[in-house]
Amino acid sequence: MQIIKDRNIIEDSWQFIADEHPLLPGDCTVTLERWLKEKEQLLRHDGKVGVRIESTDNLEILSGDLALIPLVEVNFVIFSDGRAFSKAWLLKNRYQFTGEIRAVGNFLADQIFYLSRSGFNAFNFEGNQNLTLALSMLNDFSVSYQKPANQF
Amino acid sequence: MYQYNQDDQTLINERVAQFRSQTERFLKGELDADQFRALRLMNGLYIQIHAPMLRVAIPYGLLSSTQLRKLAHIARKYDKGYCHFTTRQNVQYNWPKLEEVPDILAELAEVQMHAIQTSGNCMRNTTSDHLAGICKDEIEDPRPYCEIIRQWTTLHPEFAYLPRKFKIAVSGALHDRAATQFHDIGLHLVKNEQGETGFKVFVGGGLGRTPVIGQVIRPYLEKRHLLSYLEAILRIYNLFGRRDNKYKARIKILVKEEGLEKFKSLVDEEWHHIKDGMELSDERIHEMQAHFVLPHYDNSASIDSTFPNHLESDNAFATWVKHNTVEHKVPGYRAAFVSLKAPDEPPGDITDSQLEVVADLADRFSFGEVRSTHRQNLVFADVKQADLFDLWQQLNKTKMATPNIGTATDIICCPGLDFCSLANAGSIGITREINETLDNLDYLHDLGDIKINISGCMNGCAHQSVGHIGILGVDKKGEEWYQITLGGSSENEAAIGDRLGPSVPKDQIAQAVAAILDVYVKNRIEDESFLDMVKRAGLTPFKKQVYANH
Ligand code: SF4
Repeated sequence: MQIIKDRNIIEDSWQFIADEHPLLPGDCTVTLERWLKEKEQLLRHDGKVGVRIESTDNLEILSGDLALIPLVEVNFVIFSDGRAFSKAWLLKNRYQFTGEIRAVGNFLADQIFYLSRSGFNAFNFEGNQNLTLALSMLNDFSVSYQKPANQF
Repeated sequence: MYQYNQDDQTLINERVAQFRSQTERFLKGELDADQFRALRLMNGLYIQIHAPMLRVAIPYGLLSSTQLRKLAHIARKYDKGYCHFTTRQNVQYNWPKLEEVPDILAELAEVQMHAIQTSGNCMRNTTSDHLAGICKDEIEDPRPYCEIIRQWTTLHPEFAYLPRKFKIAVSGALHDRAATQFHDIGLHLVKNEQGETGFKVFVGGGLGRTPVIGQVIRPYLEKRHLLSYLEAILRIYNLFGRRDNKYKARIKILVKEEGLEKFKSLVDEEWHHIKDGMELSDERIHEMQAHFVLPHYDNSASIDSTFPNHLESDNAFATWVKHNTVEHKVPGYRAAFVSLKAPDEPPGDITDSQLEVVADLADRFSFGEVRSTHRQNLVFADVKQADLFDLWQQLNKTKMATPNIGTATDIICCPGLDFCSLANAGSIGITREINETLDNLDYLHDLGDIKINISGCMNGCAHQSVGHIGILGVDKKGEEWYQITLGGSSENEAAIGDRLGPSVPKDQIAQAVAAILDVYVKNRIEDESFLDMVKRAGLTPFKKQVYANH
């Protein structure tokens, strides 16, 4: 599967594992709830383990674990839920998270510029988005009135 | 006024290109209606009953003559030869074609204008006092701060998908002409004990379905913290504002449900983290202030005898001066209103040729600038008294000198059933009927300061809940009825009007207003204003008269 990461289209093999299923070989993401419950066990997994957060999740609980996590996915149930933008900003800025922040779920290519300014560096689109077009939208604007999320 | 630098211009040009691509993809079916809806709304484009409606931003109401001419050109080329000024100092086109909107935006960008964030669930155009910089009661000119806020809000990446729309107003004078207490955030420039100026910050005010008066969240905020404090409020709102119910999504509901203290502590904690990283330097403030230096006034403007002579010899002129001009802090100058409330025209509408007349008059008499007011009129801020007679004659010829500013026919009215797909009832027609009943100028002037606001539905775009007389269209089994409220005010002593009683049918609403005014005239004590009389006497005398035959 292809995604956009760090301004490139790349092959990606992370898979999200729903709570009731066992991890699969390779790199997996799990819900915040599962992470909190099964952290010790998850850390013994062969591949890497990341966490998927929802816009209603409280990031604070995860803040102490961020050094252990290479990837945080922020899930869009609906593209107009702007909480995800603030979540990414907080991860990057307040919690100084240095790993990958990935947008997943129902968001739009037209949001990609704002998303990247808010702290996201990877984008996994639902459906068959034209990734070359989406990639070009990262350059929709060459100027901004606001500092990007990592420059506070 | 503020002039774009290269970056400002690049940004709006890029926005035009982005919107052009979005429109093309929508027309090709690559964006679905819901997706395009969110994107177009953020660019001021609604789909109304007859056609799309495009709302163009006029930051804090300031317009140059060049911009006015462009608005006229757009009205002529892309619309039906007119446009409409709104209660948020913006301008609307009611008949553009969807596929031409990108071209309109490109034309606007040529004169440093845009439609960015004039609708949608994002931070909207910042509004201010239409007498900023020239009124006598000013603590400090609010416009430099408005522009700083405009830039900060423009394409703010984190706050583009808020729970609901978000409006900020700034006032720099003692008399609040910007309705700051009815905004999501209201800012008042105030002085502290040391004599420094800063901001008193109100939060959670708003009109619409649930009118609420804003509460003071911070009595004094240093200027350097302006943006960090706004950012903290917005982040808390974005994270915690309700998204489950569109009618409970404004920040006023969050503040109410959490309580001011709790809300404030959330904001303060957030602010504490970011305030040092976002300080506004004195340099930046001064730089911005340099864009709003006062024009070169003529020191001898008050040594002129023609003005008093004209006042004496021409009654109609004197009446216009009395009602449609206000004093200026510089002797020999006045601010002159352009009334967009001619009795037979929809309030706030202006034609292409009128726009051009206003542009020419601005060049001749008011340093090439004009301002829009939130009562849907325009104002020339800096007119020499010796020029007023000439100005009045020109305005008179073009139906823009109706001497009714601040009177009962200076009605604020939303588009209502004629244009708006959400309307329950007409509002423009009601305005016309009220105008017909109040066609006696002497009577109108004798009534004094009366603000009538008419909205075609609960959304309250014409702010009827803060009208001295508020009229709200409701739907009763498919018929147009109207609810009346009395005693609202959006000024310093902010108040939400009280409901008079049951709603009245369409054919009786103009009579009801006439009856209310009649009760006032008969019951006022000396020169008591309408609002004061309502406060003193309550609703009873009005009820008796309006519902006398029921
Ligand atoms: S108040 Fe209602 S009818 Fe009037 S413009 Fe607003 S939404 Fe439309």
